[in-house]
Amino acid sequence: MRRFLRSGHDPVRERLKRDLFQFNKTVEHGFPHQPSALGYSSSLHLMAIGTRSGAIKLYGAPGVEFMGLHEENNTVLQMHFIPGQCQLVTLLDDNSLHLWSLKQRSGTSELQEEQRFTLRGPPGSSPSATQITVVLPHSSREVLYLGTESGNIFVVELPSFRVLEKRTISSETVLQRVPEDYSNRRPCELVEAIQEHPRNPDQILIGYSRGLIVLWDVQSNKATHHFLGSQQLENVFWQRDGRQFISCHYDGSYAQWPVSNDNRQPEPLESKVPYGPFPCKAISKIYWQVTKNGLPYIIFQGGMPRASYGDRHSISVIHGSQQIAFDFTSRVIDFFVISNADPAAEFDDPSAMVVLAEEELVVIDLKAPGWPAVHPPYLASLHCSAITCSHHVSNIPLKLWERIISAGSKQNSHYSNMLWPIDGGTNLAPDPPQRDLLLTGHEDGTVRFWDASGVCLHLLYKLSTVRVFLTDVDPNDNMNPLGEDEWPPLRKVGSFDPYSDDPRLGIQKIYLCKYSGYLAVAGTAGQVLLMELNDEAAEHVVDYAEADLLQDQEGYRWKGHERLKARDGPVRFEPGFQPFILVQCQPPAVVTSLALHSEWKLVACGTSHGFGLFDHQQKRLVFVKCTLHPSDQLALEGPLSRVKSLKKSLRQSFRRIRRSRVSSRKRRAGNIAEVQEANAKFDQGALQEMELAPVQRKIEARSAEDSFTGFVRTLYFADTFLRDSSRHCPSLWAGTNGGTVYAFSLRVPPAERRMDEPVRAEQAKEIQLMHRAPIVGILVLDGRSAPLPEPLEVAHDLSKSPDMQGSHQLLVVSEEQLKVFTLPKVSSKLKLKLTALEGCRVRKMAVANFGSCQTDDYSENNLTVLTNLGDIQIISLPFLKLQTRYPCIRKEDVSGIASCVFTKYGQGFYLISPSEFERFSLSTKWLVEPRCIIDAPEITSNNHLHNTSGMEHTGRKSRDLGRSSGDTGEDERKSGRLMEHALLNDEKVLKEIQSTLEGGRGRGDPIPIYQRSRTLSTRIQELYRKKFGKKSRRTWAK
Amino acid sequence: MNRAQRGVGGSRGLGTMEVKSKFGAEFRRFSLERSKPGKFEEFYGLLQHVHKIPNVEVLVGYTDIHGDLLPINNDDNYHKAVSTANPLLRIFIQRKEDADYSAFGTDTMTRKKNVLSNVLRPDNHRKKPHVVISMPQDFRPVSSIIDVDILPETHRRVRLYKYGTDKPLGFYIRDGSSVRVTPHGLEKVPGIFISRLVPGGLAQSTGLLAVNDEVLEVNGIEVSGKSLDQVTDMMIANSRNLIITVRPANQRNNIVRNSRTSGSSGQSTDNSLQSYTPHIVQNYHPEEEESDDEDIIIEDSGEPQQIPKAVPTCESLESLTQIELLHESTQNGFIPSSEVNLFHSAGSINMEYEIHDADQKSLEEDGTIITL
Repeated sequence: MRRFLRSGHDPVRERLKRDLFQFNKTVEHGFPHQPSALGYSSSLHLMAIGTRSGAIKLYGAPGVEFMGLHEENNTVLQMHFIPGQCQLVTLLDDNSLHLWSLKQRSGTSELQEEQRFTLRGPPGSSPSATQITVVLPHSSREVLYLGTESGNIFVVELPSFRVLEKRTISSETVLQRVPEDYSNRRPCELVEAIQEHPRNPDQILIGYSRGLIVLWDVQSNKATHHFLGSQQLENVFWQRDGRQFISCHYDGSYAQWPVSNDNRQPEPLESKVPYGPFPCKAISKIYWQVTKNGLPYIIFQGGMPRASYGDRHSISVIHGSQQIAFDFTSRVIDFFVISNADPAAEFDDPSAMVVLAEEELVVIDLKAPGWPAVHPPYLASLHCSAITCSHHVSNIPLKLWERIISAGSKQNSHYSNMLWPIDGGTNLAPDPPQRDLLLTGHEDGTVRFWDASGVCLHLLYKLSTVRVFLTDVDPNDNMNPLGEDEWPPLRKVGSFDPYSDDPRLGIQKIYLCKYSGYLAVAGTAGQVLLMELNDEAAEHVVDYAEADLLQDQEGYRWKGHERLKARDGPVRFEPGFQPFILVQCQPPAVVTSLALHSEWKLVACGTSHGFGLFDHQQKRLVFVKCTLHPSDQLALEGPLSRVKSLKKSLRQSFRRIRRSRVSSRKRRAGNIAEVQEANAKFDQGALQEMELAPVQRKIEARSAEDSFTGFVRTLYFADTFLRDSSRHCPSLWAGTNGGTVYAFSLRVPPAERRMDEPVRAEQAKEIQLMHRAPIVGILVLDGRSAPLPEPLEVAHDLSKSPDMQGSHQLLVVSEEQLKVFTLPKVSSKLKLKLTALEGCRVRKMAVANFGSCQTDDYSENNLTVLTNLGDIQIISLPFLKLQTRYPCIRKEDVSGIASCVFTKYGQGFYLISPSEFERFSLSTKWLVEPRCIIDAPEITSNNHLHNTSGMEHTGRKSRDLGRSSGDTGEDERKSGRLMEHALLNDEKVLKEIQSTLEGGRGRGDPIPIYQRSRTLSTRIQELYRKKFGKKSRRTWAK
Repeated sequence: MNRAQRGVGGSRGLGTMEVKSKFGAEFRRFSLERSKPGKFEEFYGLLQHVHKIPNVEVLVGYTDIHGDLLPINNDDNYHKAVSTANPLLRIFIQRKEDADYSAFGTDTMTRKKNVLSNVLRPDNHRKKPHVVISMPQDFRPVSSIIDVDILPETHRRVRLYKYGTDKPLGFYIRDGSSVRVTPHGLEKVPGIFISRLVPGGLAQSTGLLAVNDEVLEVNGIEVSGKSLDQVTDMMIANSRNLIITVRPANQRNNIVRNSRTSGSSGQSTDNSLQSYTPHIVQNYHPEEEESDDEDIIIEDSGEPQQIPKAVPTCESLESLTQIELLHESTQNGFIPSSEVNLFHSAGSINMEYEIHDADQKSLEEDGTIITL
């Protein structure tokens, strides 16, 4: 308590703190967990994704994204943009409708919930009477048509959500002119589909689940056409000209229906079961897209032969003789096709298909031959294989950055080079100040390199360590992109692949030296791979070395997994990071800590048994140190040991449950799946057992005999004063789970004799913290109390050289306390107790540099600490004073806390789901958050004038033009309405003209002056042409 | 301790004083200028020099006019020693390793007794002292009830000294709920309770805690609002000097505070010394309990040593306290080998309460939870 009083409220410091620290959760990277709905606005070029937890996310051009959360946290079932408006309506599974809008405020757009509404029937009516099944936002933007389970269609006014009872389309009125024998089958059970006529907004097509489809005239309020389908209906789709529509059905068929004034009850033109003749699954959604060459694109979801391919998640595309059934890795939530959005255009000319599957987003380029996939700039599936660790490197040198990108581009050659088709909005965020890499290690032995500089987390390069080892799987048997002469013509798309071939391949620790390009990667079976960046493909032998961490121990038996077998002989590696040495720890326990010093060419790794130092220049093991306590028998039994923490096993079992749910079909039936199942059962049993017993906690002082005290938690290289205060030398520090710190002094030969003389190491110190809490971090502070720079940082002139004059200090961070000791003579100087006083334990810690947002020249180093309660504390160096704290992660979210990584500039990432990183910022200066603007269609309408006046008709080359062409139809109406305004009030015209000018100026690409004046004149001409040339449909009441 | 070997010697003059220093079996004689004794560090260096033990960490003691062995470890007591020495300053030097530094301050009495007898053997027929110069907290602490005078009668603050016994703390805690009186009437609130005592554990053997006692504070920090795991972590982190404030399930043994005798008997074993600094004991300050500062360092695979404080502050008195402690304890005839021994053999008044409580233990365990 007194600590807080004593720290005092120095007003100067308090002000400085405000300039330095600020907590923000800025953006979520990755793929939304459990998506449940998809929406797309062809006018705004924005895509919306809703999730089962009630979140909605909007995406446009890279960097343009918005997030919203429904208070109810209910599943989002449907999302519909209001045509031509920056608004969308969501339907949740509690039958509530929500209106969201993008509002501009201080130069950026914000997503806000405006209204909510629940449709209620008369008292006493069954809930299904008002259970909404379909939502159609009418192009007039004034009403929503709501189809229900009762078969009635309600009309509500926007934005007030007032029910217009007079306009309700009841099933009785629909059935008035239907033949009696047909109406006896109760065809109006449930509304499956409502679609507006593409040319005539007064006509809507209503499809009922039993197969009846009617064309309803809004003006006369009666059905004009009846289409007596006999199959259970799934969906309908209008052809572009409105002369035909397509219906798709539960039995895997689709039918084409003619619409003409001659026949009010026509028969289908054609009915087809594309994957017949055997029983097929339902076609749940269909697109019929006409093209200039006459051959339509028929795109439908499902319809696979029930018996043999009923388990596939497929979308088929048929174009003339080409036909591909895209086979997705997980359930398809929904999809849409991006085509020419101008309703006046004669052809659809689809350009891309966007498919939201449960675990990833796949976009198919329909223009390029072979229909390749498009590499998405966002919404990456981080969890293609489960993330096992992550590592962040700030401020990557340009050279390394370019080499990584070039290595990655060679891997992405199978992607289409189409520009990203969803390109709405304008990204206003400044360019990221530096290049940051986030490296994620995965369960399948891969490391993915992400561009984490900006709002879009983008995959740059993927590194696989599998090739080094002999595993059961042939690396070549992965996805064959084309399954030829097979029927149905399935093609696997997507990268989600949660099946790990061998759990031992999992990556546990990563260390990248950004200056030298050396990368060290360590895994589950004690393997440590050292890699170098090579721009060419190469074939070479990976050197092998073994580090026996149990050297001087007798009588121990490792009961865990075997080590991985390395491939003999040369191995071919693709351009990128190529391993040159494999250091194998024995016993092959999980590598728990890793450190790399690229200047000294040394790598250190630790497991639950001890740690070792390896000289990768001479390819020689320098020393090993066993940290096992003689009584710690349990540590030796390996991962199957009984002492596995309960939290961990629970987490694993949940992951297993989730994974088995994800994959109801077993792709690779084998022992692994069986073992997993058995484990899951066992864990569930354990869970139940635990719930029966009262929750008790044993209070016991830790002793040296506790299990896993030898577990090496942290390794650290430092050039400091280890033995005497006159000479500094390289040193290696190791911290264990039992609160012990080991320090070894190293003798690294000078560069000219580096190959000739061996590196020598000698134990210099061993510190035992009496509170025996696990050591989570070790750090040496130089004479100015600044942390020692990274290896090679000084050599590259990127850091001041450390102060070797003043005395150095050692900071040891345990889970419970932070302590500062003097060096070389170890005496305790300062400490900060956390657990004893606050009950929280340190989980993660890092040093971060905080710059002031007020002055450019002030910055300071602080410790950022994440505790088991999920809060982040900033602690000053070297005085260990708590500066501030922020609640960040729920304390129950153990995996979120375990996944947290800090950057060097006060930002951080943690997993909020298996597939999403939350990015947060503690700094006022370094903040990466989306800043973007969505222009309201009123403003885009001036672009539309470019189109109609024929000035520019270049298609979708430029983002703004693309948007305007998508909005033409809407704008026509809009302009018409504006004209009516103009009749009432000339000022409005002036304002509109003014906004035309400002709109052009406000956006990223200003229209040149001469062009603007032309725009203006064409605008006026247009307005007058409309006024006299087109009769308004509605009377405009002011 | 960066004690350089500086300031060796000093010319003999008129105001000189003879010093006789003993280290092991060896004696050294030299002289000091009484008016300018210099700093303790210089003196320390000088001793290391004359005994030719430059790199050995030692403890320095002297015999005062009463024949008591007192430590010299800072400038103040060094000056006191010089000023009172008449005519000879007798110095006893003890190797720190032999003194078992890890057990500094609060270690088992047995060890200290050995150390003590080693040190004192040449001089053990001196008079019994009647001046007490140590601080109360330098005594070997035992588990006790503390702060009786400042706590409500329904609460009990128990200090469990884990250090120095082999006994496990030996208790479990659980979640539960208790009823509180609030301005809005009675309210049920979640609480933490002692759920089980391990037979033979420290908690059980002291008899100060019982099953179903509600835990209110851990080392001065309220547990309300904290989770079971958080409280567990706090207790374990403080396990070497754990102070738990409980609301005993059995409220029949509460101390009636207006009685003077029971008031004092409720205090810990140091009641004979409370006139010195009673508040240190009675008002617990977490910061002053540096029980986990005894981190150990092994340099160059040598012998383990305790890590000293870098900045000489008042806390460096620790080195003083060890010898003091030994000293006082023997003189009081107060060298129990374990807690149990202490409780059952010590017949002093101040133990009365604890013994009574221990006898009630079985009763308490069956008692119902009375929490208001």
